[in-house]
Amino acid sequence: MNEKAILDDISNGSGHIQRQVRLPFLKSLEISVKSIRVRFFRSLITTMSLVLAVSFLSFVNVGNDVANGMLAAGDPDLRATLIRSGYDIGPAETSVGSSAKQRWIVILSLLVCVVGIVNAQLMAVTERFREIGTMKCLGALDRFVLRLFILEAGIQGLAGACAGALIGAVFSLINAWLRFGTAALSAVSLMSILESVAIATGVGVFLSLLGVLYPALVAARMQPVEAMRIEQ
Amino acid sequence: MPFAPCLMKCEALKVLSMEEKANIVRVTGVTKTFKLGKINVEALKGIDLVISKGNYISIMGPSGSGKSTLFNMIGGLDKPTSGKVYIDEVDIAQLDAYELAWLRCRKIGYIFQTFNIIQVMTALENVTLPMVFAGMNNDAAVDKGMQLLELVGLGDRYSHKPFELSGGQQQRVAIARALANDPAIILADEPTGNLDLTTGEECIALLKRLSQERGVTVISATHDFKMLNVSDQVVWIRDGRVDKIEDREELSISIGQIGSRE
Repeated sequence: MNEKAILDDISNGSGHIQRQVRLPFLKSLEISVKSIRVRFFRSLITTMSLVLAVSFLSFVNVGNDVANGMLAAGDPDLRATLIRSGYDIGPAETSVGSSAKQRWIVILSLLVCVVGIVNAQLMAVTERFREIGTMKCLGALDRFVLRLFILEAGIQGLAGACAGALIGAVFSLINAWLRFGTAALSAVSLMSILESVAIATGVGVFLSLLGVLYPALVAARMQPVEAMRIEQ
Repeated sequence: MPFAPCLMKCEALKVLSMEEKANIVRVTGVTKTFKLGKINVEALKGIDLVISKGNYISIMGPSGSGKSTLFNMIGGLDKPTSGKVYIDEVDIAQLDAYELAWLRCRKIGYIFQTFNIIQVMTALENVTLPMVFAGMNNDAAVDKGMQLLELVGLGDRYSHKPFELSGGQQQRVAIARALANDPAIILADEPTGNLDLTTGEECIALLKRLSQERGVTVISATHDFKMLNVSDQVVWIRDGRVDKIEDREELSISIGQIGSRE
């Protein structure tokens, strides 16, 4: 925004009511990062459940990638090793999908993680009632508050999901190496691992945003008086 | 240098006398009913009030008299059950969310008993936040923020976080923040309530000076009698009604009675 526009604003300002209040995206990003940094330990704990859930997802997916890689290598020895270590592979099958049981456990862990995020974010909103009320008194719109909370959750989600996905993948590869030896690692394709990591990261970010949606709406819709009335 | 404040004061007075008739706030027939369980509690029972531009108003009354409720109505923080509140002759019940936010951002500066400095930001960032909302670019906002902090005597503490500041300093940051967008009105809800005697007096003196130098209308809800000495007008609220309105001249006569009354 240039200076002339500000002057125009000021000269129009007296006497009647206008509609412009803004919060530039970079500024909201700055505020979000600052809030996370100040409450770093707390953010870390909130993010931890996400890290664990995402790393589990990533672990399972990369594990399947390894098995698929071993099958695709076409070596009957590797195939026999897989079957011996519990994979249910029919004689004609060329790929391994995740079993129904595995999928259920992953989905359950992700659900638990979302509930945990909702809980943690609701607490965070309650803790910050006064801050939100003050911002609204200073002229913040509902969507500024919404944006701040979503950005915060987005950053936390991205960091947590990335960390979780990488940790899961690394542990899965170590696991494969211990069970099947180096042959397993040489057979697996890097692309499929990257794909699994990317999917796990995406799911993690999505869950983090999903979990913050309701708490952020609660925060954004709050009237400034209510926010101020709460004793802290 | 010693003449400068006097000059500014004289100018401010000139402006005042020119616009003396202008009403910045008009409250007509405002009632407010709260629902507490099944009981309706009438906090305000019909308030009529006119506040002219540039005055320093104190709203006085015991706790539970409804002064904070009235204060919230004037500040556009709460809507009356019936009656109207006009700010600059605009009925604030008619404003949508955007216009209300603009009003809070540009027209009104708020000061609270509990300071309400945003904890995660430094003093300077607190002061510049309303200017960012108002669309000012960052450099201009920082410049003005520093000026305002110097004005309240905290120029060297701009990078401090709220927990590194004393109560009086926090309240001064809040005053600087309230002035950020050159508001027409400053609303102060018990600004001295959490401060000790001397810091409270300093804050009152600062508010008075600002109201004189800048022609800002200061409206403060309070039960601090130190406020009386600087007020142009005192509005006594009792039991949800305006008990009486006293001008400064009447006040200095009856000041002994005020002391003896409570």
